[in-house]
Amino acid sequence: MRKFLIALGILLALALPGQAQETGTTAPQSETAQAELTGLAAVLAEYSKEIAKPSRRTIGPVIAAIASSGEGASRFLQAYADKGVGQRESDGAFFIIQKKGSDYELSDPVTGAPAGTAPKSDIKEIKPNSGVRAEIGAALVRFLLSDPDPKKRREALTAIERDGEASHLDPLRASIPDEPDPAIKAEKERLERLLTIRFGKDAAERVAAIESFGSDLGLDFRATLNPLVATTRKAFAGAPEGNVAKPLRPGKDIPKDEAYAMLVAAKMAPERISASAMQQSLAANVVDGTVGGLPLAEMSDPAKREEAYATLAAAGTVPQRLTDAEADTLITDHQYADLYAEPDPAVTTAAEAALTRVGRTVAAMQTVDLGLDALSLASIYFLAAIGLAITFGVMGVINMAHGEFITMGAYTGYVVQLFVPDYTLSILIALPLAFAITFGAGVAMERLVIRWLYKRPLETLLATFGISIALQQLFKNIFGTQARPLTSPPWLDGAWTLNDVVSISYIRIAIFVLALVFLALYLWVMRRTRLGLEVRAVTQNPSMAASMGINPDRINMLAFGFGSGIAGIAGVAIGLFAKVTSEMGQDYIVQSFMTVVVGGVGSIFGTLAGAGLIGVLQKGIEWLNPSNTLAAQTYMILFIIIFIQFRPRGIIALKGRAAGD
Amino acid sequence: MSDHVIGAQPGNAQLEVSGISVTFDGFRAINNLSFAIGPAELRAVIGPNGAGKTTFMDIVTGKTRPDEGRVLWGETHQNLLKMNEAQIARAGIGRKFQKPTVFEDQSVTDNLMMALKANRSPFSVLVWKAGAKDRARVEEIAAQVGLADQLPRKAGELSHGQKQWLEIGMLLAQEPRLLLVDEPAAGMTLAEREQTTALLVDLAKTRAVVVVEHDMEFVRRLNCKVTVLHEGSVLAEGTLDHVTADQRVIEVYLGR
Amino acid sequence: MKPGFLAKNPSVMWFLLILAIFTLGVTFLSHAYGPGVISTSMVKTLGKTLCLCLIAIAMDLVWGYTGILSLGHFAFFGLGGYMIGMWLMYERTRDIVLSSAGSFPMTPQEVNDAIGTQIFGVVGGSELPAIWTFAGNLPMQLLFVVLVPGLLALIFGWLAFRSRVTGVYLSILTQAMTLALSLYLFQNESGLRGNNGLSGLQNIPGVSAGQDQLSVWFLWASAVALGLGYIAAAFIVSGKFGSVIRGIRDDEARVRFLGYSVEGYKLFVFTLTAVIAAIAGALYYPQAGIINPGEMAPIASIYLAVWVAIGGRGRLYGAVMGAAFVSIVSSWFTGGRVPDIPLGFYTIQWVDWWQVLLGLAFVLVTLLAPKGLSGIVDLLEGIRSPDRHGDPLGPDQGSLQQKEAQE
Repeated sequence: MRKFLIALGILLALALPGQAQETGTTAPQSETAQAELTGLAAVLAEYSKEIAKPSRRTIGPVIAAIASSGEGASRFLQAYADKGVGQRESDGAFFIIQKKGSDYELSDPVTGAPAGTAPKSDIKEIKPNSGVRAEIGAALVRFLLSDPDPKKRREALTAIERDGEASHLDPLRASIPDEPDPAIKAEKERLERLLTIRFGKDAAERVAAIESFGSDLGLDFRATLNPLVATTRKAFAGAPEGNVAKPLRPGKDIPKDEAYAMLVAAKMAPERISASAMQQSLAANVVDGTVGGLPLAEMSDPAKREEAYATLAAAGTVPQRLTDAEADTLITDHQYADLYAEPDPAVTTAAEAALTRVGRTVAAMQTVDLGLDALSLASIYFLAAIGLAITFGVMGVINMAHGEFITMGAYTGYVVQLFVPDYTLSILIALPLAFAITFGAGVAMERLVIRWLYKRPLETLLATFGISIALQQLFKNIFGTQARPLTSPPWLDGAWTLNDVVSISYIRIAIFVLALVFLALYLWVMRRTRLGLEVRAVTQNPSMAASMGINPDRINMLAFGFGSGIAGIAGVAIGLFAKVTSEMGQDYIVQSFMTVVVGGVGSIFGTLAGAGLIGVLQKGIEWLNPSNTLAAQTYMILFIIIFIQFRPRGIIALKGRAAGD
Repeated sequence: MSDHVIGAQPGNAQLEVSGISVTFDGFRAINNLSFAIGPAELRAVIGPNGAGKTTFMDIVTGKTRPDEGRVLWGETHQNLLKMNEAQIARAGIGRKFQKPTVFEDQSVTDNLMMALKANRSPFSVLVWKAGAKDRARVEEIAAQVGLADQLPRKAGELSHGQKQWLEIGMLLAQEPRLLLVDEPAAGMTLAEREQTTALLVDLAKTRAVVVVEHDMEFVRRLNCKVTVLHEGSVLAEGTLDHVTADQRVIEVYLGR
Repeated sequence: MKPGFLAKNPSVMWFLLILAIFTLGVTFLSHAYGPGVISTSMVKTLGKTLCLCLIAIAMDLVWGYTGILSLGHFAFFGLGGYMIGMWLMYERTRDIVLSSAGSFPMTPQEVNDAIGTQIFGVVGGSELPAIWTFAGNLPMQLLFVVLVPGLLALIFGWLAFRSRVTGVYLSILTQAMTLALSLYLFQNESGLRGNNGLSGLQNIPGVSAGQDQLSVWFLWASAVALGLGYIAAAFIVSGKFGSVIRGIRDDEARVRFLGYSVEGYKLFVFTLTAVIAAIAGALYYPQAGIINPGEMAPIASIYLAVWVAIGGRGRLYGAVMGAAFVSIVSSWFTGGRVPDIPLGFYTIQWVDWWQVLLGLAFVLVTLLAPKGLSGIVDLLEGIRSPDRHGDPLGPDQGSLQQKEAQE
């Protein structure tokens, strides 16, 4: 059988002379063949014995030789480390092997080209031990780190970054001086320092590496430090040993139950029979309405239960149970501490200090990020409230249906997108169309309802509320209760990222810009146009304005339409990131009122200040209690109620019709 | 005539206002004004528009807070600036507005009953019941201001003059020790004016009365000491003849 | 004093008479005490309506008489419901825990833990929060029914009134308070089961009678509360106190110059009506069976104002008529009992369109008939409004309009 296989092997070798020639995997049988070998093939041939029977002592020069042999070296080393190299029994040739059924699939170690299959018995798998594998790994790393292809080098860096080992450190250091690409060089240097933190040879080197980062914001730096300062909780019979992070006093730093559980886990104390197990044992031992000599009815008292159990235990009916006092003694007889995983206190101290430093910088950056968030929220509130500021501030009219105008604008955007599939174009159409539609709705409402109720703000509030519920139901009947999509153009997707902490989405930037545009538009209309002049005149003194030929009715109608129109545009903007439902306006109406009231009625800058205050406040409270946005809103409203106490007229108080005097 | 005019002596004044100033949005409405009135004195305050007459009354009644100055009240020299409108009213200062303000949805009786001097706390008002004495007092006041026949009518249905009288009646019901009356004669007939004059002069026998008025004829009939306000401070004080002879007063009234 | 009071308030006699006839009628037509013409669920609806009438009276006191358009009274209503709901739920869960515990007695701690797990398992908790300390104590929880909303109203009112916030500002502020409260209750951390609310409140612990009987008993309790509330409100508004608060409604500055502490009166009325609202809520929710924070959303309080406006504000029977009319018609429409209107191209289904109708009807009432349903009473009695050339009866925002006044 073996003879037959050998014959087959020879036949095979003969049948593929070109390949045999080129790759030269043949063992050193013929002197002539060996002479022709170059590169990896030559190395393999030369160190055949050492490769086949690797030992940590002898493998060093072999790996060095392979690593510097050129084509196929990394593939071979990789396979070698993964126990994927085999030697053909017949001729001692090496192949990269892969199991396939009962055979091996062979491939050439130099080119990686398939080299047929061979039965298991024909191939000897080479199994380097872990020491050798580590050597190979290091060589592999060095090899990859100085690969001529920069892409390969980066890949290697990424791999080390993800899963660094002590053995990577030396090859990494070795590769730095010859690195041609400055960017990669910087990356390598950074990685070198990170690895030094973890695997540096002594504390001084590691501490120096930690210090060298200063208050670096990189996630990798923090990810390196965090495991160093990770702690485990341990109980000790005597004084705590190891790198103690914090001694723990039972009952103060940790609950006593937890301390006892630690003792049990460390086999320093017996497992306690739990209260419920005790109760079950007692319940199982009820005799004629008594338990352990005590009447059953008394068993609702925990002290009596212990007493009854003690009686039963004394009689041997149930196992003994530690009393609370005994357990307490055990707990106080031991000591507890959090221990650092890292044994060297110098390193942990430096790491803690660095983390605190980084933490401060992160906090500062988070404040910036929070500021951006608050700014974007403020611009949303500003957009939602600016229309209200006109109707409420300038005209003294509370429009409870303002939220529904916002919804109307959003639905306009949705309907436009049904007909115009291009998202950029559809938004450009939707903005003016939403303005036109809500302007019309506002004018209609002013003509039909509100103008009959001037000077009756409370009745206006209720009448517009009636319109609000009618409109809301109407939307529900037309568009259904589920959320409708209003998709933003693709160029608004994504976010502007400043660093690992600070980023803001483009859509929020767009809303911020839109808010600025509206601020400018409002100021322009109010200060530079005839309409604005007349609106201001009517606001300050309606009868005087009327006597000068200004028609207050017309002005009120236009101002109301203008305010409603802006609500419509705000609706399109809000719809881009919020769900478009019939109730979306309700989510903004109270905040909008708050914005106007806090800011001060009748002043656009007041509205701006109000939106800013509320945005900052809400984000600030959310930051204090990030798990709970509901709580944030609750506290924000409470704050506003208290704020109104001190500035009943808002931040910027003006005198106007709505101001009261 | 001149012996009729007795200025309040410092120290025994019913109301003593000293050095008050108030500014609205940069406009100085009252400028270092001082004023005193005795416990039983009639005083007319005159002055052109914007002289600060109404603001002065607002300060005394607690509606406006001055930026500086003192307002002391009564024998105990209570500081009125620390009290709110209701407390000042309870302390005994009554005010009649220029435009008659009565509760138009309520009957004349209810208006007067509300004004009647009594404990004003919500709990005692809740259990308060009009006794025979209270009803008699309301009828008496109604008779005094000529509204005896109108008691069950709603105040909103009264004529303008009747509302003025009702308001005066409410002031009487409050039994104040200082009355601040803003242009009482506005919109009244000649006969009503005479009646009003008589009433005010009569009231001033037992309490302090300050009348703010435009109408010089009316002031002359009151026959009392006159204080002329101009640009928020006292321009002149004395008998009407005395002040009308003052060159600065003439300038202010006739223009420069 | 009694005869004088009734003589001055003829509506009280009529009201009590109608209420008594109504309650007796429902009782003798119910399942429990009669032929069962009126179903138990209908009895509950009627009982709940009586509670709504009671809170409408509170709203009328605060808005119709004092001119404060509070958009927060439903919050007090809900709080009252929560306070009684805590006892109902705790006791009922206790009964369940004890009956499933077997014969071995439990320690108080075990009972408490089991109740905590039962009640708070749904929000992932197992411990009874501190606010449930007295949940097992009926007198304490009953005290809380008036104390908690009363205190909240007192603190909020004190803050709001002392800074002289009036008119629409005050309305928005009360709305904000309601929103804050309902958002707070929506959190699981509030200790009142977050958006799950309290449920199973229709079962009264320790009472073995079925829902048929219970519903009638609650109807009676609601009717008695409504009757007492009406008498108390009539007493308050008929005397000098009524004069003062109506004065505050029409012209609060003038009331101030008469020496009345306007803030004190507003606070008194605000707090008192909050307590009335809370009592109404405490009677309402055992009939509804479930309470959750959604019930306390600001919109509910605005609806309350709508009822009073539709009934006609500034008179007590108006508020009652408005609340009863709107809530009964509303349950009629939303219950699908009104026939749809086919228009050929579209069918108007009232379940969907009732809100639209209500909203528009409300706008029309505000615009054209400020007296609301009370206008019909005035028409029958020949009471007309004064001709004031459209002037309202006072300078303040809450003052009566010409059309609301009686000649």
